[in-house]
Amino acid sequence: MTVSTTPPTSTGVTERQDSASTEKAAPILEARQVSLAYGDNEVVHSVDLTIPERNITAIIGPSGCGKSTLLRAFNRMNDFIPEFRSEGQILYRGDDLYASDIDPVEVRLRIGMVFQKPNPFPKSITKNVSWSPKLNGYKGDIDELVETSLQKAALWDEVKDRLQDSALGLSGGQQQRLCIARALAMEPEVILMDEPCSALDPASTARIEDLLYELRKRYTIVIVTHNMQQAARVSDHTAFFENGNLIEYGETDQVFTRPNQKRTEDYVSGRFG
Amino acid sequence: MSWTLKTQGGLARRRRKEKLFRVLCASLTWTAIVLLAVLLFHICRTGIGWLDWQFLTSFPSYDPKDAGLKAALFGTIWLIAMTAAISIPVGVAAAVWLEEYAGDGRFARFLALNIQNLAGVPSIVYGILGLAVFVRALRFGQSLLAGSLTMSLLILPVIIIAAREAIRAVPPSIRQAAFALGATRWQTTRHHVLPSALPGILTGVILAISRAIGETAPLIMVGAVAYVAFVPQGPTDSFSCLPIQIYNWTERPQAAFHELAAAGIIVLLVALLAMNAIAVWIRHRFSKEPR
Repeated sequence: MTVSTTPPTSTGVTERQDSASTEKAAPILEARQVSLAYGDNEVVHSVDLTIPERNITAIIGPSGCGKSTLLRAFNRMNDFIPEFRSEGQILYRGDDLYASDIDPVEVRLRIGMVFQKPNPFPKSITKNVSWSPKLNGYKGDIDELVETSLQKAALWDEVKDRLQDSALGLSGGQQQRLCIARALAMEPEVILMDEPCSALDPASTARIEDLLYELRKRYTIVIVTHNMQQAARVSDHTAFFENGNLIEYGETDQVFTRPNQKRTEDYVSGRFG
Repeated sequence: MSWTLKTQGGLARRRRKEKLFRVLCASLTWTAIVLLAVLLFHICRTGIGWLDWQFLTSFPSYDPKDAGLKAALFGTIWLIAMTAAISIPVGVAAAVWLEEYAGDGRFARFLALNIQNLAGVPSIVYGILGLAVFVRALRFGQSLLAGSLTMSLLILPVIIIAAREAIRAVPPSIRQAAFALGATRWQTTRHHVLPSALPGILTGVILAISRAIGETAPLIMVGAVAYVAFVPQGPTDSFSCLPIQIYNWTERPQAAFHELAAAGIIVLLVALLAMNAIAVWIRHRFSKEPR
């Protein structure tokens, strides 16, 4: 079943009205006619989506619309689900992520991920951050990397005196920032975030949103969120999904104030979902 | 006033039932405990008089006064050490494979089901298997090696099941975190899954080993003997062990040997309790965060 998907070019990625939020944005991730399914249950239908570099792209939509599945397809985290199938192409800087000669471990090193629920390892704060770089043969000063990663995640000041303590002793918001720091320590280019604030209180959410705004200068961020205000606040581009179809994709400002599709308008104005 | 908050009518009947059930459960529990206590008391009273340094350091003898369980004690230590060395790596590796690598296919489910079944096979059957395979076919003879291999087969299903459960209890979010950080499955297992599962695995292992300590039947089949007048020097030596020695003593007509058997049981129980204590301690020690 193919419901009309709106190609990004026609809905605003290239029409730049707001010069503040639009730098020169080359595509870093590109979905071409992507269909994703668990067994016979197709949850994403022929989606075309281009994600520009050093931008925050929000994916919004009602529960079960396939947005998390699509997000996880970008760093092959769906590989662990036995009956998962994908069709079409997902390109990272022009390379098909699902080509047979692509190593998913290499993919995940470039495209990091932060999950819905903070999931620090039951180890010290330092070990949480340093584990992946050490594993992958980081040559530089590991302590320095831990410090800069924690600084980038705006957590350093709160934890610098207890780096050897268990990460499980941190608050939920701090744990989530630790997970972000841990992803940053791999020095990825893209960070995928799957509802990173849904388990956090408003104050922690605000801190993470501020952090996202800082990170977007250096990283490409794709964030799935249930929270429309959050999408409106932090993102440069917004994609609206419904029932596995990309209904509308464009600059956040345009999607929220002048949507092209009736469904989008109904959703962002809170009439359903 | 037509209503009351006090117990009455139907509620009173329900209350009586509840009380009855509670008394029933408590009395059954106490019956088990009291029976066990009586048994222990009887054994201790019978055996304690024979329990001295001479008993622990002498070889078996036809004279109860000179008899001891040195050979059996060392035999048990050898047997358990070798059984542990064989069964722990194999069992944990099998559990890791089943949980982390095998997936949920028909073959993996078939294997898992059969491992469950093996855990319920009577130990004498393992004894016969050990006799046929290790003692005869592989020509290990009636040696420690044949005995510990047989014991390993016996406790492997228990270890695999316990280790699988411990591994399965590790939250999937930990694995996801590791994978998303560019780890391979082995790195994820080695650095995160196994350390988190370790307390559970160790508990299962030690309970399995405790079972092996007390097993008699399979060792009779593979030829552990009660009259061994030396301490085993290597895996190919013949051996005795505590349950065999105790069994042998209880077979004798003289009352003195029955008392020796009681003393042997005390030693066996102390060894068992010590191992369980170690299990509790290890569990506590390794559950501490961070690792």
